[in-house]
Amino acid sequence: MTAAEAIAAILWLALSAYTVLAGADFGGGLWDLLAAGPRASEQREAIAEAMGPVWEANHVWLIFMIVGLFTAFPSAFAILGVALYLPFTLAMTGIVLRGAAFAFRAHGQEAAGSLAPWGAVFGSASVIAPFFLGTAAAAVASGSIRVPGGRLEPAFTAGWTTPFAVVVGLFAVAMCGYLAATYLTVETEDRPELQADFRRRAMAAAVVAGGLGLLALLVAWVQAPRLLESLTGRGLPFFVLALLNGPLALWAVWRARPRIARVAVIAQVLFVLWAWAVGQWPYLVPPDITLAAAAAPAATLDALLVVTGVGMALLLPSLWLLFRVFKARNPAASA
Amino acid sequence: MDNVAIARATMGTSLAFHIVFAVLGVGMPVLMSVAEGLGLWRRDPLWTQLARRWAKAFGILFAVGAVSGTVLSFELGLLWPRFMAFSGAIFGLPFSAEGFAFFLEAIFLGLYLYGWDRLSPLNHWLTSIPIAVSGAASSLFVVMANAWMNTPSGFQLGANGELIRVDPVAAAFNPSTPTEDPHMLVSAYVVTGFLVAAVYAAGLLRGRDDPLHRRALTLGMAMAGLAIILAGITGDASARFIYQAQPAKFAAMEGVYQTQRGAPLSLGGIPVDSQHRVLYAIQIPKGLSWLAAFDTNAQVRGLDSFPAADRPKPAIVHLSFDAMAGSGLGLGLLAALFWLLVIRTRRLPRSRLLLWALIAGGPAAVVAMEAGWFVTEFGRQPWIVYGIMRTSQAATTAPALGATFAVFLVIYAGLAVTTARLLLLLATRARESASGDARGARRDRPVPG
Repeated sequence: MTAAEAIAAILWLALSAYTVLAGADFGGGLWDLLAAGPRASEQREAIAEAMGPVWEANHVWLIFMIVGLFTAFPSAFAILGVALYLPFTLAMTGIVLRGAAFAFRAHGQEAAGSLAPWGAVFGSASVIAPFFLGTAAAAVASGSIRVPGGRLEPAFTAGWTTPFAVVVGLFAVAMCGYLAATYLTVETEDRPELQADFRRRAMAAAVVAGGLGLLALLVAWVQAPRLLESLTGRGLPFFVLALLNGPLALWAVWRARPRIARVAVIAQVLFVLWAWAVGQWPYLVPPDITLAAAAAPAATLDALLVVTGVGMALLLPSLWLLFRVFKARNPAASA
Repeated sequence: MDNVAIARATMGTSLAFHIVFAVLGVGMPVLMSVAEGLGLWRRDPLWTQLARRWAKAFGILFAVGAVSGTVLSFELGLLWPRFMAFSGAIFGLPFSAEGFAFFLEAIFLGLYLYGWDRLSPLNHWLTSIPIAVSGAASSLFVVMANAWMNTPSGFQLGANGELIRVDPVAAAFNPSTPTEDPHMLVSAYVVTGFLVAAVYAAGLLRGRDDPLHRRALTLGMAMAGLAIILAGITGDASARFIYQAQPAKFAAMEGVYQTQRGAPLSLGGIPVDSQHRVLYAIQIPKGLSWLAAFDTNAQVRGLDSFPAADRPKPAIVHLSFDAMAGSGLGLGLLAALFWLLVIRTRRLPRSRLLLWALIAGGPAAVVAMEAGWFVTEFGRQPWIVYGIMRTSQAATTAPALGATFAVFLVIYAGLAVTTARLLLLLATRARESASGDARGARRDRPVPG
């Protein structure tokens, strides 16, 4: 494995972490927006409680990916910045407004009252961000960003405004909702009615996400044949796992096995991401830019691996501590 | 406006907005840690109460800083793709290290903000230390990248302009790093200290002369007083380094058009390019040569000696430099006066005039810091990588830049107004509940003592 491949794998792991952790925070925003029924305010409180201590740390995976990408693959970063200017900018507005709105409510609510307008901002921004990140992912995965001879074709709507990209964007939102609702069924184990609310939401999100996922494959068959080829080529093992795991996750949610469901839904996200990554290997931006072609000089890659090693040695125990303190089974609840 | 101008305006606005929150992200954890530590050590709940109050405000400030920092990391690629394609491999390393520092800060802040009831008091206090350390480290790492843009090193250009012999560690520790890094770090403490002091000076002025206000003001001024001395020393070293390494920036800072020996120091005044001189300035003969090299006859290179296309705009750079140095000097005198009075009278000064000066000190410190960044950034123009790549070559070709600039202006305005409003409300509410607590405490304590 070359240094460039190692760093690409690390960045993909970071994307995986971002998706299963921050994705759920976006999903929390979605369920805040759609909170309804007699327990609407309890639902919102449970979401805020679950997100509060961890969302900022979850968000940093994105920063880690961005800086890792521009350090290790600077030319690819530049090309993505130009080709995906609009979806990234739109996603960024969502990310900014989501984070600020959440913090305003979490820390300002008791002094300022309900802050309801910021609640609506929190919810809608939480949908905008994953939707546009999803369309950007679709543009890359479908091979729509063409860089013949190292020069980007100036087509600023290429790939992310297609029906395929829209379906993938919606799929991303639905998966975020699926992740969030499933995690929340674990977080609300001591509150059965609330747990039932989130279980129903997880079911709904699962069905919608599953439907959109299959629809995306159908549209890809017409619009992005290269993607289907790579999913059924190198990506086949993960692709098959994703197809098999989907019903299993749905079963666990349906049978009210929250902890199994949580693992199964995380696995679902990882299988989809890794089917895509392994499928398009060794390309970073298919079909024109390979990992090797975009890679920074060896000295940079080696130094980055060292910094990443040292950084992870500090980061992983700290993350473990954070989740241990806030996400371990609450002894007060089980007593 | 063309893409370059809009890209510069967007990036500049984003940086100017972000940095206010970023410096509080560096400075506030130190104050929170000291206050909470004193509470533990002296068994004094009032210190702990102060730390808790600051933590609530900091939860908002840190979040706005975090998301506006995310905007910047995106904007590097969205606005300056050619710059990043060239520079990423060289100066990306400190950004990656900064990523980890930010990660640790966010993790331990989560523990700190939400862990009051889940961690023992000692463990809770301990979580404040990695926040303060990684906040400082973030600042040091990210300024390394900016320092590299001023004095690019750690690479060579091949025959076709391609990168060879890239050494990212040498790039991180480029010649500007030893002066620029410490100056930014201590400036973060200057801004935090004076802002905190301003808030509590306003409270004292309104008659809220209670132990909590007095302690908060003292702690803020302790940080501000120490840091402003260090800011003077590091700033002086920075200016002297720029005289050597970036003569065009130095000439613009000081409004020097003609190369000369025994150059005078111009205080204030307006550099007028068409007349090649600074109008209305107070001039100290030979002052600049002496400050730059401790030699009244040292030569200072003038702007006119650079090709017209390579000159920064002296009007904005000189005025920003004077705004920074003037505010800094004023803040130094203010801190000196404050501590002199405290030491002589052994109590906090209550003079209304001094309290008003302390209130003005908060915004003045922000102005000094922003003006300092104006000097760094406008002074480096027309280069994005000094002497290597022009800003005009670096901007994106993407469409709709103007629209996104407008959107971000609206977002920043909304965030600034809401943050200010919530901080004010938090202060009001904390005051009300504090008087409630005091009543409750009296009620709960059956035995006097």
